[in-house]
Parts: sequence; structure tokens; C-alpha cells
Amino acid sequence: MIVAGLDMGVQNVKVVLLKDRKILSRGLAPSGFEPEKAVEKAFQEALEKAEVAFSDIQHITATGVGVELAPKFDSKISVVSADARAAVYLHPSARTVIDVGAEESRVINCDEKGSVLDFALNDRCAAGAGAFLEAMARALEVKLEEMGALSLKAKGTTSISATCVIFGESDVVSLIHKQEPKHEIARAIYDALAERIVSMVHRVGLKPDVILVGGVARDIGFAAALKRKLGTEIVIPENPEYAGALGAALYAVENLGGR
Amino acid sequence: MSGDNIQYWRWREYRLTVPSVKWKNAETITAGIDVGSVSSKAVVMVDGEICSVSVMRTGSSSPDSAKKVLEWALEGTGIKPTDINYIVGTGYGRVNVPMANSTLTEIACHAKGANYIWGPTVRTILDVGGQDIKAIRCDEKGKVLSFIMNDKCAAGTGRGMEVLADLLKIPIEEMGEASLKVEEEPDPVSCTCVAFARTEAVNLLRRGWSKEKVLASYMRAMALRMCNLLERVGCEKDLVITGGQSKNIGIVSRVEKILGIKPLPPPNWRENGRDPMAAGAIGAALFAKALYEKNKNTT
Repeated sequence: MIVAGLDMGVQNVKVVLLKDRKILSRGLAPSGFEPEKAVEKAFQEALEKAEVAFSDIQHITATGVGVELAPKFDSKISVVSADARAAVYLHPSARTVIDVGAEESRVINCDEKGSVLDFALNDRCAAGAGAFLEAMARALEVKLEEMGALSLKAKGTTSISATCVIFGESDVVSLIHKQEPKHEIARAIYDALAERIVSMVHRVGLKPDVILVGGVARDIGFAAALKRKLGTEIVIPENPEYAGALGAALYAVENLGGR
Repeated sequence: MSGDNIQYWRWREYRLTVPSVKWKNAETITAGIDVGSVSSKAVVMVDGEICSVSVMRTGSSSPDSAKKVLEWALEGTGIKPTDINYIVGTGYGRVNVPMANSTLTEIACHAKGANYIWGPTVRTILDVGGQDIKAIRCDEKGKVLSFIMNDKCAAGTGRGMEVLADLLKIPIEEMGEASLKVEEEPDPVSCTCVAFARTEAVNLLRRGWSKEKVLASYMRAMALRMCNLLERVGCEKDLVITGGQSKNIGIVSRVEKILGIKPLPPPNWRENGRDPMAAGAIGAALFAKALYEKNKNTT
């Protein structure tokens, strides 16, 4: 039985193919201005890797911020539900899921079956998501991919507030003027975002194990800051950005009566 | 020039001199410098009358911006920096106005400036700048009674307009008019986060919305945020609007519609220099006069 999970993210469209609940392949394409093309591309990548045809897919479950832009699917679920399912699949003892995406972030408490018990959402403010890091890297004039490693050299001598991307930019610019070293500013940036996320964690309750997913989970600077601010170990799966698509695919299995 | 080279977000910088104001036999010459997050303003006053005004973009360094904007205000007036008796710095970058004799908050300065521009009937001031929205209550002398500002988030401020001007390719000074060209006022956008303005607008355009409708929706959301602050501070007549967005008819008309209170129209500022955008600098120059006179009398 082959099924697909489709995650219509703000930045990327992601596809995960499952065969008998095992991951067959993944595909990803930038969302861009033409969502249909992005979906086609992501599917194409996944299908080629798995060496199966589109017609072999028995059920597609879609999720993601842009789910209404998905051209075709058989069922849909919320990102929160998808994250919870994926988390327990990837790490069976996961009970708190932190998902930091490009423009949204979520913290979810789930049970051992991957059902949602409680969650907190940040979706109206860029300061609580990956967009914050992007804007701050621009203000700091470093590449986002390099900011993480840079921040690890810092001792933590300064801080900025992450109540707002726009105010954060001003903070970063004034720190540059004060000749604060770039690696210290980088660490302050990650700490600020991590603090926002930690406050969401405390809203729902911190229950181990904690798993971090979403595109921002790949950022070593953020992962380190989150660990620091949370004071607990964090599990980061391989391919954390595919969690939503994976969770959707697991729902597709359930929709077909599988477990 | 190819269309892509136009910087739609660029608003016009200007300076002006009020020809009727003579400074040679003046008792006091003072200046107010308001370094905002987006624009810097300088006002030179001669015996409490506006002599010249300049408005320009704030650069990456506040001290440089303060220096430049004051030099520009003085240009052609014959007044030298050393002729100025007292300078007050204000605005978001006020701690970085090196030539200032003292600094004051922009809240005090906007209230004072609004009182000067429109007179003693002003009770509520809505100041909308590049990344600030402030609702200020004042008395008949322009003294601040209370205020509320957006201290946590820049949503709904002028910065979003720059982002949209670029995206929609509409010159920033024409956006207000454009936003009024809709048959029916659309619902406000659900999110006015400046960092999301682009995605928000792109999503609406993708749904087939016209540029004008997108602007109307965004400006309505901005105006709602402003009115929320005004209601919290307790909006009493007369209401006036200062700051850069006072020039945005799309915002001004929507605030009026939502509140049911008509803000006082801007004065003929191109002739008398009483530009609502420079209200903070005007207030600062007035405080400078008062402080100079106070110091002179005590020493």
C-alpha cells in the first residue's frame, strides 16, 4: 500500500511517500508563485526516488499553511495533528513537539499514539518563526546558513528582544554600531527566538521527550539556543522539515484502514 | 529609464524656508531635531516662529542623520550652526543627536508640536511613524496627559507601506489615493505584521484581488490598529494626525470613518512650515526656546 503526505509550506512544498507505513522517499520544491508546479515537482522527485508511478499512490493527505492551494488530495489534516503523528513515529517516546517553520511555529503535547492533547500556535507574528532569523541575518550581513556556526563561538555577552522583527532589526543595527562582535549578536538572535518558543512550551507544558521539527530545526545555532533556554535534551530527527508531510502520510494510511 | 529601476518606496525629501521670518535681530534661534526610525526632521525657529524645515531619510547612523538634517534646514537661510542658541533632540534616535543641548521624548514633542500647528483645541494626537504608533492625550497647552504606543510590535506602522509600494509598484505617495479606488471596502487583512506584509499581499493577489483592493484591505487593518490605540487612550476632540502617515489619505480617511471623528485638516504647511510630519521637531524647537530662556533667567 503506497500513500503520500503533502505539506504545503510557506517556503517549500514537501512530499513523503510511505509503503506499508515505511518511508519510501521524499521530495521538496520551493513553493514560489505557482503552487501547482511546486507540488508537481515535489511529487516527481519523490516518485523518481521510489521508482513508482503517481497512479500507484492510493491516498494523498494534504496539510500545511497553504493547504487550500493544493491541487489534488483525498483528505486533509491540520499541521498540528500531522506533527504529533510524525513525532511519535520518528521518536516513540516524544511527548512535546516543537515545530519551527518559516512563518509559523507550534508547540504540541501528544500521547503515545501521536494524538494531540494540547498545543500553542504562533502564526501572526514573524518574530516567533524562521522569518525572524532570516531578517536578522540580513541585518547582521551574514548568510543565514553561516549564522548558526558563528553563534556557537559566542559566550553570551549581549541580548536583543524578539518581540518584533522590525524592532529586532533596529536592535541588531545598534549593536553593530556599538561594535559588539558579530558572533555575540548571532547568539543573541538565536536566544531571542528560543525564548519566544520556550514561552510557548511553558504554555502547554514541558513533557519529555522533546522533539524539534520544521525547517529551522536544521539550524545548529537555534538548536543550541533552544537547548540552553529549555534546560533539557532535544531530539532532532533526520530530515526535520518533512515532519508535516510524514504525519500527513501516516494519516493517509489510517484513512485506508491501516495502522 | 526602465520600470524596474523606479524605487516606488522612496518618499520625497524636502526642505523649505518661510520667507517672512527674519532672523538677523532675533532674540532666540532654536532648533529641534527628530531622528525617527525612517525619517529625520529638523526645524529652525526664530523667536518661536518656524524659519525653516527639512525632512530626509534616516541613514544607518543616527548622529550623521541628525547632523545632515540640521545642515539642510540651515541651507540658504544664512543662519550658522553657532547662531543657534539651543537645540533639543528627540525621536527614536534622540540619544544619538550629538549637537543637542538636551533630549526629550517624542511624545512630549509631538503634543507640543501639535498644539503649535493646530492650536489649543487639540486634545488627542495620533502619531504614526515608520515603526511607531502613538495615541497621545494632551491639555490646552500641549502638555501630555497620557499616551499609549505599540511597544511590542511594529504591525500597522508606516514601514509596511514601503514594502507594499515596492511589491505593487505604486509610488508610495500615490498609495493612499489608490486604496480609495475600490467599489466596496474589503475586509481588513488578518495580519499587519510588517515582516509578513509581502506574503499577505502576494496571497491576496494570487486570489485575483486588484492592487487597489489589497491596499484598501491592508490600510483598513492599519487604521483599525490605530483606532484601537485611540479608543484605549480615550479619544477626545479635537483629534489630529502627525507623523509620516498623516500624509496618507488612505489611512486618514479610514481612521475618520472608523472613529466617526474627523481629524483636523493639515494646515497650509508648504507656506508656513507647520508640517504634521515634522510635529516632533517643531515641538522640540519650542522646548528648546523655553529651556534656553529658563537657563538665561537663572544664570
